[in-house]
Amino acid sequence: MKILVTVKRVVDYNVKVRVQPDHKAVELNNVKMSINPFCEIAVEEAVRLKEQGVATEIVVVSVGSKACQETLRTALALGADRAIQIEAEDNIDSLAVAKLVAAVAKEETPDLIIMGKQAIDSDNNQTGQMLAALLDIPQATFASEVKIDNGEAQVTREIDGGLQTLAITLPAVVTTDLRLNEPRFIKLPNIMKAKKKPLEVKTPDELGVATSSNITVVSVTPPEERQGGIKVSSVEELVDKLKNEAKVIA
Amino acid sequence: MSILIIAEHDNKTLKAATLNTLSAAEKIGGDIDLLVVGANCQAVADQAANVASVNKVFVADNDVYEHQLAENVSKLVVDLAKNYTHVLAPATTTGKNMLPRVAALLDVAQLSDVVAVVDKNTFVRPIYAGNAIATVTSSDAIKVITIRATGFDAANSEGGNAEIVSLDQVIASEKSRFVGEELAESDRPELTAASVIVSGGRGMGSGDNFKILDGLADKLGAAVGASRAAVDAGYVPNDFQVGQTGKTVAPDLYIAVGISGAIQHLAGMKSSKIIVAINKDEEAPIFQVADYGLVADLFDVVPELEKAL
Ligand SMILES: Cc1cc2nc3c(=O)[nH]c(=O)nc-3n(C[C@H](O)[C@H](O)[C@H](O)COP(=O)(O)OP(=O)(O)OC[C@H]3O[C@@H](n4cnc5c(N)ncnc54)[C@H](O)[C@@H]3O)c2cc1C
Ligand SMILES: Nc1ncnc2c1ncn2[C@@H]1O[C@H](COP(=O)(O)O)[C@@H](O)[C@H]1O
Repeated sequence: MKILVTVKRVVDYNVKVRVQPDHKAVELNNVKMSINPFCEIAVEEAVRLKEQGVATEIVVVSVGSKACQETLRTALALGADRAIQIEAEDNIDSLAVAKLVAAVAKEETPDLIIMGKQAIDSDNNQTGQMLAALLDIPQATFASEVKIDNGEAQVTREIDGGLQTLAITLPAVVTTDLRLNEPRFIKLPNIMKAKKKPLEVKTPDELGVATSSNITVVSVTPPEERQGGIKVSSVEELVDKLKNEAKVIA
Repeated sequence: MSILIIAEHDNKTLKAATLNTLSAAEKIGGDIDLLVVGANCQAVADQAANVASVNKVFVADNDVYEHQLAENVSKLVVDLAKNYTHVLAPATTTGKNMLPRVAALLDVAQLSDVVAVVDKNTFVRPIYAGNAIATVTSSDAIKVITIRATGFDAANSEGGNAEIVSLDQVIASEKSRFVGEELAESDRPELTAASVIVSGGRGMGSGDNFKILDGLADKLGAAVGASRAAVDAGYVPNDFQVGQTGKTVAPDLYIAVGISGAIQHLAGMKSSKIIVAINKDEEAPIFQVADYGLVADLFDVVPELEKAL
């Protein structure tokens, strides 16, 4: 079984991003970048499936400028076998990413595609669902457990009311939630090995995909900052404030 | 302008998030139709028809739609969507699961988690865990949008008298099968609809300890929430998680107990009206957003607070 995994290079989750003074975008200069945490979970899941003998090959794909090769190398160090960079501007629309990955999927014909549920920069939570629709294959989003059996994936999903389990026919798209697994630490020898693994570069032209967009960003502004409040010294004072000042309890 | 809203429901009741989505649609302006997809869901259609600003209610009531699977529901929506300028769904796990498929099949972008409407083409949405607010314009012929409930007041659920139109299209779900579910049973208000929330974090120490929040929540008529760390540690189920990648809430009162205040947590609760933080570390970042901070051991003050109410 072949697994395709998508990985996105994003601002590290520990960074509190700031908006540029011209309110056109967020400040990305000299900011630490990392693999999107949900994509890291996606790679880890694929690697575990390979270790269990369920998967035989893991191909990782990233759409972006040359810098995303670094993210692909991280995925290779985690255990993926080969990588494909699709050379494009960073942060093109999810629909364009889905079309590009769909074109690669048509060439690679994977049995399973694992993606993050959400990129923590755009917070879109849509690319996996779009890809599944474009390929006309089933999906199981927000996965916390994946079992492969008999040409099917049985997937437990984190939904608003609790957990739901679906069985989907392969090929299919699975998107990861936080509880699916805990990614391993990368060992130094694996970083060295990753440097030697194949990394191919493709262009949207080669894939026959137009990446134009009908969405224009008008402005990016900082959020309204909350005024920090006060410290109270006792439960009694807290209750008094909530009743008489904030008036949120009777 | 004409707007189609995909209703959020459980085949029995219309969920509040639909009403918040409706008020977003009212801001866009134009005729608003609602689509109810499910099985044995006529009661939902009746409730939807009763909502003041609804023009027409479409109902697709068939066993194949019982679990609102994304594959077949999206195809049903796409067929209808072609008659509209905007297609909206609440940004719940159901809406987030299904609507991007609709967008892709229509070959248009999707705007996720919209919190404000500027005009019919221009919308506001948080990015980077709410650390930046993007205003975006779309020139797509059909705008496909998920609405974050906390951005909009609930529309009036009474006084309407919309026509109900049955859709008899049956699209089977061949490649996706429902196997089972474990839904949380609780007498408490739903997290996303509660006016008071008591949330616990890793500081609670265990699932058993977490129960001390129940007494407090009972007194306040509150929902109980949690940080990711508390969910990961298995203290409480996943549906308790508040944050960037969990639920977004904006109650009148949010009490954070033993939660440090990581940006991902703040992203889900920062718009609460009043925030109270109880934490033994006076440097905890949660205090930077709290209206009232109490530096104390939670095991001392939570029982005390419960008694004092
Ligand atoms: C991709 C990604 C997505 C994420 N999404 C979310 C999300 O949606 N929601 C979310 O919450 N987090 C999310 N996180 C995790 C987030 O970064 C933090 O790790 C998490 O919120 C920390 O939870 P916590 O505050 O309970 O734990 P900690 O940071 O460990 O804080 C525990 C706090 O309890 C206090 N404490 C301990 N004992 C006591 C006591 N006896 N009395 C009083 N105080 C005490 C401590 O002082 C400390 O401040 C995400 C992270 C990533 C990478
Ligand atoms: N530029 C990209 N390159 C590779 N994968 C991507 C890219 N954008 C999105 N994805 C994948 O789609 C998932 C969801 O992203 P989004 O829909 O943008 O929140 C991510 O976790 C990635 O797995």
